[in-house]
Amino acid sequence: MDLINLGIKSIFIENMVFAYFLGMCSYLAVSKKVSTALGLGAAVVFVLTITVPLDWFLNEFILKEGSLSWISGELATVDLSFLRFIMFIAVIAAMVQLVEMIIEKVSPALYGTLGIFLPLIAVNCAILGSSLFMAQRDYTLAEASVFGFSSGIGFLLAIVALAAIREKLKYSHVPDALKGLGITMLLTGLMGIAFMSFMGIKI
Amino acid sequence: MKFLQNIIHSVKPNFEEGGKLHKYYYVFEAFETLAFQPETTTGHKGAHIRDANDTKRMMSMVIFAMVPCLLFGIYNAGYQHFIATGQEADLIPMLITGTILVLPIIVVSYGVGLGIEFTFATIRRHPVNEGFLVSGMLIPLIVPTTIPLWQVALATAFGVIIAKEVFGGTGMNIFNVALTTRAFLYFAYPSQISGEVWTYLGDKTTVDGYSGATPLAVAYEASSKGTQSVTAALSETNTVLQSDFYSFYNMFMGFIPGSIGETSTLMALIGAVILIITGVGSWKIIVSVFAGALAMGLGFNAVGVNEYMLIPAHYHLVMGGLAFGAVFMATDPVTASQTELGKWIYGFLIGVLTVIIRVVNPAYPEGIMLAILFMNVFAPLIDFYIVKANKTRRLSRVTV
Repeated sequence: MDLINLGIKSIFIENMVFAYFLGMCSYLAVSKKVSTALGLGAAVVFVLTITVPLDWFLNEFILKEGSLSWISGELATVDLSFLRFIMFIAVIAAMVQLVEMIIEKVSPALYGTLGIFLPLIAVNCAILGSSLFMAQRDYTLAEASVFGFSSGIGFLLAIVALAAIREKLKYSHVPDALKGLGITMLLTGLMGIAFMSFMGIKI
Repeated sequence: MKFLQNIIHSVKPNFEEGGKLHKYYYVFEAFETLAFQPETTTGHKGAHIRDANDTKRMMSMVIFAMVPCLLFGIYNAGYQHFIATGQEADLIPMLITGTILVLPIIVVSYGVGLGIEFTFATIRRHPVNEGFLVSGMLIPLIVPTTIPLWQVALATAFGVIIAKEVFGGTGMNIFNVALTTRAFLYFAYPSQISGEVWTYLGDKTTVDGYSGATPLAVAYEASSKGTQSVTAALSETNTVLQSDFYSFYNMFMGFIPGSIGETSTLMALIGAVILIITGVGSWKIIVSVFAGALAMGLGFNAVGVNEYMLIPAHYHLVMGGLAFGAVFMATDPVTASQTELGKWIYGFLIGVLTVIIRVVNPAYPEGIMLAILFMNVFAPLIDFYIVKANKTRRLSRVTV
């Protein structure tokens, strides 16, 4: 039950995009078409689901203070948590490489449309952010897995909804100065207001 | 009428190509088409549209549908004032007090909104968007009587510019203008819009035992204490004039504190009948919002962890602004789902979300506003997938 609550919480209440404004670059750049957005969202879900539990192992057995004590008692005082950023990034980068190879093999069309943004997932702050939140909040392995997956779903939901709205925006008459990113920023803000309906729910 | 037509024809050359006031052509055009059917017809090719029922007529129909809510809101504003101050009063003083309270809000909302509309129309050279005729009436109906007028002005400006004009005006917006305005007020000035002092007092003080809490606030309070059921708490709320102030009957008729136009479920339903008969509003959305709220209410009854969840499901339909929102704001043809199946899904989810926010989220007593805004976000996505499914289904029938 707690895990389900955590899942709902990280999809709706603490949505990566609307509550923390993480992952903005790919969110704004790859949301012109629903199909591409869905592809990127799926890639983010995949990467997050794998990296957050992996980073959990890394954090639990190597980086956290006292976590090296499984090697020998002398290392129990060592605190390597200052290495979190670089280690987490390394894991994420490796995972993204893997996803890239899989997508290229399975769906060359999607690989073509995602283009440069697939390698860019490596520096997508939503992904590093999730790992850091996981370490900061002392999640257990099960919680970390659920958190990674549902954060990804939250991002997917946000980017697909934005893409559908932007496809509809073709029929709008946006002032020249606001075309493209400008109106998308405004839209994101308005969507953030709508997502505030869930803020304050404690589960 | 002939007289009016003569005036319009005599000043028209000034505004046409080459006239000295050509810059303001669209301002003129807005007034002309408000009074008369436009002269322009469709071209020689393509479909010929021979119907006087343009956007302006459609919007006027929504305003007619809102009149019962407005009149009742004016009456109720006065009624609540006299209840709070503990005076007996006749109908006429109530209506006068109500008018003094409500009229300035309407004037400010229309003044600011239409001013912005006309400015944008003149600068961007497009016809004036008559959509604001409806939004400008909706905004006063969804704010409390005690709201400061400058806040109405500021929020209306925000709603019209950010939610509508930057997208190109009526018919091109993604979010409901009136709801964006209210959400702005809600998050920017929470103390004026979510407090318990929604009743105008003037220089008088309240009588003993008057709380002024809305039914939703009473329900939440009772639930968090957990000592008695919500219905018991509601029926124990008394005023000097009558006991059992929050009976189902009173909440249905609307003799309760709340935003100006939202209290009366009956008046909203009269509006719904007008909208449905004239074909302006979608009955599918209205029905499915109520169905969604009822289903979620029953669902919570089955779970029943706290007192709020145990509240009879039909109470959700008459408390707060659910009926008003379902009839006038969820049916907004621009921001709602456009596909027929999509309307069912859209409405149903609004109802479900409203009850979830009311019951589960302690931060917000009322959920209909945010639920509709939330579904505005997802309406294009629902449409996208329904259209895609339709395409796939038809493609499968194709034989080459």
